[in-house]
Amino acid sequence: MWETIAQAVINGLLIGGIYALVSIGVTLIFGVVKIVNFAQGEFVMIGMYISFFLSSQFGIDPLVSLIVSMPVLFVIGVLVQHFLIRRVLGPNDMPQIFLTFALSLLLLNLALMLFSANYRTVHTSYSDEALHLGELYIPVAKLIAFVVAMALSGALWVFLHTTDLGKAMRAAAQNRDVATLMGINPNRVFCVALGIALALAGAAGSLLMPFYSAYPFVGQVFVLMAFVAVVLGTLGNVIGALVASLMMGVAESLGIQFVGADSGLIVVFAMLLLTLAFKPTGLGGGRAR
Amino acid sequence: MLKLSGVSASYGSVPAIHNVSIEIGEGEAVGLLGANGAGKSTTLRAISKLVKMSSGTIIFAGTDLSTLPPHRIPELGIAHVPEGRQVFPEMTVQENLEIGAYVPKAKLERSRTLDLVYSIFPRLADRKKQLAGTMSGGEQQMLAVGRGLMLKPRLLMLDEPSLGLAPVMTDVTFEKIGEIHKMGTAILLVEQNVSRALSLVQRAYVLESGSVTMQGTSAELADNEQVQAAYLGI
Repeated sequence: MWETIAQAVINGLLIGGIYALVSIGVTLIFGVVKIVNFAQGEFVMIGMYISFFLSSQFGIDPLVSLIVSMPVLFVIGVLVQHFLIRRVLGPNDMPQIFLTFALSLLLLNLALMLFSANYRTVHTSYSDEALHLGELYIPVAKLIAFVVAMALSGALWVFLHTTDLGKAMRAAAQNRDVATLMGINPNRVFCVALGIALALAGAAGSLLMPFYSAYPFVGQVFVLMAFVAVVLGTLGNVIGALVASLMMGVAESLGIQFVGADSGLIVVFAMLLLTLAFKPTGLGGGRAR
Repeated sequence: MLKLSGVSASYGSVPAIHNVSIEIGEGEAVGLLGANGAGKSTTLRAISKLVKMSSGTIIFAGTDLSTLPPHRIPELGIAHVPEGRQVFPEMTVQENLEIGAYVPKAKLERSRTLDLVYSIFPRLADRKKQLAGTMSGGEQQMLAVGRGLMLKPRLLMLDEPSLGLAPVMTDVTFEKIGEIHKMGTAILLVEQNVSRALSLVQRAYVLESGSVTMQGTSAELADNEQVQAAYLGI
């Protein structure tokens, strides 16, 4: 019994690391630019296809292709901010919602057209490897993904708290007008925020590739979890999103283990509803970062 | 050094200031006085380009500000301490000050300016690591002024620094502003507390419903019957 619970917790934490990369991106964009990016999942999908093609065409390991997918998505993020989002920022939220939603649909359908709906997988030497700790079983590919995800989250935290650009991003998130009075160019900071958020989504895609299939709709799985984590962890709070993502991974995994294979999400959404009912500002507390 | 000529600005279709012309010399302390809603803050926001001007010109040290975006204004040496303090609440005192020296020129001298600000406001030095949002109103006001000083400004614009402060804290704040002025920084002070402001500045403009209705030296305005009746309660 205890082994079963421990195994479910391990499985949950490992996938929770991936949820964290996606939800940190969503919460970073929300915190800094004050928009909800409905297309975040599609950028995970793009990251997966980048790794899939680099692997199938050139034999590059998906984990190595991280050094391609992250910069490519960073640039896409900057372009999306500079040429699209910048034009709809204003007092009215609706254009922003429609813009990112439309972007999501566009990318989905573009992927369907270019790559078809087939499931694409990459088989690596470590795809079937696992560590055994007594009765417990830790798949190597998922463990690597988790460790890299945590390292990237930590790197983001260090960036936000120790560099001038990072501090400028936090300042702009807390008070855009006053940040401008400090000489901070809002659009530049927003471009970097979008770039980082999409690079994290791309990283999630590459890290998933050794143990997950790429298909045009794959982003939807992760963006759903990301939105729940962002709300649970308090909108705009990076650490809150990270902790909530890990919690949700565990909750989902326990749900699958003890409620039923299709029921993992029931537990996750029960958590969301309870949080919204009793602590609507989320578990992160304040708007802290 | 700073010259506004016939500046008008509006929020949407509501005109906020109309045909405002004011001037501040190098190292001068000038007041912008008037009742709530007279357009004092809007004038500062127009200088910082946070509100769009509909007409007029603003020249600072030979540079026309009309075409500059707001984030380029601090580079010129104009620091704006906004109304209601508006420190970055989730950042520490020290981080708030550091971000005040974000523009490249100020960044070069950041550690030296930081020492200066801490010597003017020893209270802030004691609280370097504290989150700004958890400090008292008076401390936040000092932080906001200190953050403005981090720019090493030629002109420091202060919007209602006494707002919401206990009288003792107001005394301290005005004393510090006086010190800063003596160090050679020009001051543009927006205040509802007219008697206080007149004791600090050399000259002042009185705004009513978005237009300048009176101007003069502090002594002239303090002796003016209209000013006494309307703002000094004499």
